[in-house]
Parts: sequence; C-alpha cells; structure tokens
Amino acid sequence: MTYSNKPMAKVDTPLIEINNLSYAYPRRGSVLKDVNFSLYESERVVVNGDNGAGKTTLLHLIVGLKKAKQGDIIGFGETCKTEKEFNKLRAKAGLLFQDPDDQLFCPTVLEDVMFGPLNLGFTKQQAIEKSLQTLKDLGMQGFESRITHQLSGGEKRMITLASVLVMEPKVLILDEPTNALDEKAKTRLVNVLQALPQAMIIISHDKLFSDKLATRQLNLKDGLLTEQLAATVAVA
Amino acid sequence: MSQGLEHSLTSWSGQALKHQASWIDDIDARVRVVCSGLFALVVVSSQHFVPALLGLLCAFLLVKSSKLNIKRTLRRVVAMDLFMLMLICVLPFTTPGDPIFSVFGLTASWQGLLHALLITVKANAVLLVLFSLVATMSASTLGHALAHLKVPDKLVHLMLFMVRYLDVISQEYKKMRRAMQARAFVLRTNRHTWKSIGYLFGMLLIRSVERAERISDAMKCRGFCGRYYLNDEMKIGRVDVVFGVAFLCFLVLLIGLNIDDLFK
Repeated sequence: MTYSNKPMAKVDTPLIEINNLSYAYPRRGSVLKDVNFSLYESERVVVNGDNGAGKTTLLHLIVGLKKAKQGDIIGFGETCKTEKEFNKLRAKAGLLFQDPDDQLFCPTVLEDVMFGPLNLGFTKQQAIEKSLQTLKDLGMQGFESRITHQLSGGEKRMITLASVLVMEPKVLILDEPTNALDEKAKTRLVNVLQALPQAMIIISHDKLFSDKLATRQLNLKDGLLTEQLAATVAVA
Repeated sequence: MSQGLEHSLTSWSGQALKHQASWIDDIDARVRVVCSGLFALVVVSSQHFVPALLGLLCAFLLVKSSKLNIKRTLRRVVAMDLFMLMLICVLPFTTPGDPIFSVFGLTASWQGLLHALLITVKANAVLLVLFSLVATMSASTLGHALAHLKVPDKLVHLMLFMVRYLDVISQEYKKMRRAMQARAFVLRTNRHTWKSIGYLFGMLLIRSVERAERISDAMKCRGFCGRYYLNDEMKIGRVDVVFGVAFLCFLVLLIGLNIDDLFK
C-alpha cells in the first residue's frame, strides 16, 4: 500500500501531542524530563533507547495508565487529565503490550477480541461480526474458538493486534511487538503493520524491524527525547 | 512437592479434552451444576445407608455413562479416600457406643465405625457425581454456567481469571524452578533450601501481582470500566428437561427413603 510519506506536509493538528512531560519513579529518579512530542497523521515513529530508559513509561503515560507529574497530554485535540478523559483517548489510541499474555485474558480468542467492542457499547451480535471481520483481515480466520493460552507466540501477537484493531483506533502504540517472535512471524507482522493506515508509535530493539517501518526515529536518553541523527527512513 | 502441584494444575486446564464424548456433554451446563449441587445436599444430609448407597450407585452409573477416563478418576478418588481412611481409623475411638475391641485402653465402637463408613460412602458418591457432571465441562463453561445461575460477578471473574492465569503462573514457577536446578540447586533439609524456596514463592507472588497490574492496565486500554460480558447464550432443550426431571425424581426418592424411617 502507498501512503504519502511526508508527515509534515499536512500542517493540521497532531493526533497526539505531549508538552513538557516529566515523570519520576520513587526510587529511580526522573525518567522523563520535559519531553515534547507530536504524532501526525500516517506517521510511524520509532522510539529507540536503552533498557530502562523509560520508553514503556512514556507509552503508558500517553494512554494515562501512569499519571504524569508535570506536563500535558493532548489526544485528538483534547487535553487529558482525568481517568474519564483518558478512557476516551484509549478507545482511539490502541496500546499493544509487551507480553501478549497480559492482554489475552479471556479463555477463547473470540471472547478476547470481543471484549473491546463490548466495552465501547456495541451489541453482542455486532461485536461478534466486527471481531470475526478483524480476525479475517489479519488472516487469522478459524482461530475464534481457540483457547488463548494454547496459542503460539506469533499467534498470540496477531490476536492481541486483532483485539486492539477491532476497536478501530486512529493511533497504534506498539511496545516491542517483535519480542520473542521468530523470523517468519516477524515478517508477517511487518507486512500487516505496513498495510495498516493508522499512525503508530513503536518501541523496538529490533533494528531491521524498525528500519522497515519507521518514517521518523527518535532517541530517548537520559530522560530527553531527541530526533535521531542520520535517521534511516523506510519507504512505505 | 512440585509433582503434586503440577498435577493439580494440569487437571484444571485439560480435563475437558481427556474424556470421550457422551450424552452427558449435551446436557446444559446449568442443569448439570444445579443437579450435582442438589445431589450433594441430599446425599450429605441423609441419615441412613440405603439412600447413601443408592446415591453411590447413581454416581457409578453417571461415571459409566459420561465415559470418564477410569484410571484418572481412580487416582483422584484414591487421593480423597486416603483422607477417609484416616477418618475410619479415628472416628470409632471418639464415638461412644457398643465396643468392638480396645487398644491401649481406648475402645472402638460399632457406631463410630458405621458413622465413618457412611461418611465415606457419601463423600465418594458426591465426588463421583461431580466428576461426571461438572468436571466433564471445560472450566470456562462452568464459569459461564455459574454466571447464568446468578452467582455474583466477582466470584465468576475470579474463577475465569484463575483458569486463564493458573497456567501462566505455573509456567513461571517451572521456569524459575528450572533456573534454580540449572545452577545445581537440590532440595535438602537445610537453611539454604528453605530460604531459596521462600524466595521462589515470594518472587512468584510479586510477579503475579505485577502481572495482575499489567492485565488490569491492558483491560483499561480496551475501555474496561467494571463490566464483563459473557459471550454465549444457554438454552434449555428437551434433553435437559428430561434429565433434570429424572434426576429430581431420583432425589425425591432419596429424600423419601430418609423420611420413611422417621415413621418407624
């Protein structure tokens, strides 16, 4: 699929904007210092950084799972402060967790994928239809009655992706999606992600993977988020 | 020790797959749960051998028709009967009545022995009925059946989550245990062993709590705000009605056998 690869061409409002965000853990000192960041339509931003640099913390702050000590998170034009506001943001910004087992908590695949739409207020029948359609789009048809904890690592990853995509988010936030995947599963994931229209924020230690996807690369070091020099940019 | 733990864990997730299909599988889960519950109530409160033995006979029939894996079932029954054996050894000495024999000045009584045997019969009957009616459904079906029977949501969720994550936690336990073995750790009765096993379980607890937090986060990310939806409709069919009525008639018979003696 082809998208215009010029994120700055559109000078409209960013989908997600972070202003002067700071966060500190009780015994680890500050992890994020005055971080500024904007995500625009059809961008795929990869955040690089060492272990423990605070990448996951940043993602969790964006969707409000952790509360910032200071700074603003503006999601889709609205400043989010309370749980209720973040709840609205989370429906539009789907977060994929590092460990698929954290996300798949229902006994069967279909129930798990349906969980999101039901929370959004769809009826059971609509939720089933949407879930089956999403599974089909990801090439996972026939998995709906499988038991979640008996799936392989690659299958679990695809199902978690389905469970996020079924909510039709505008932004995808991926926390090390290639963690513990083999080459085949990785290639499949790259192909699927490249075909998706959503803007993405991706954390990955996998150089090859991030080079294939990124339209912009950032570096998180010592609590500062900076544009990576000599950025390798994927041809989407 | 680890073996005992593993057994109890695998039996949860795998039971539904390990028996052959039978007509019992076609009966509605709710009917099965209610029937076995009432059966337990009636059998446990019976005062005499006749209804208890009839119950046991019914349990045998159900086990037969649900095509349980006999070896597996026996292993589980024996586990409970070992406990019952202790009861048989102890109860005669603690219940007053006609003496059978005496050891070290303690007298065993017929009444005590009969009481212990009655309890054993009841326990086996209830256990076997549970095996054939309830344990033949998958744990998630049981959860849904309970939810449809208006068991409080929290308890049902607790059970469904337990079913889902027991496996993950046992994996984590085994992983750590293997890592310990890889560094030449052998169970001994010394301070080092106790400390290490203590650490192991402490770490397991911490990891479970952290995982629980991450799961809760993941659920929030998908718009969870306290309501959990169950995805199935259960319908009562003809088979369910027939089975339910037949079973209830049998239970009435058992109750009748108990009352009958009152008039003598």
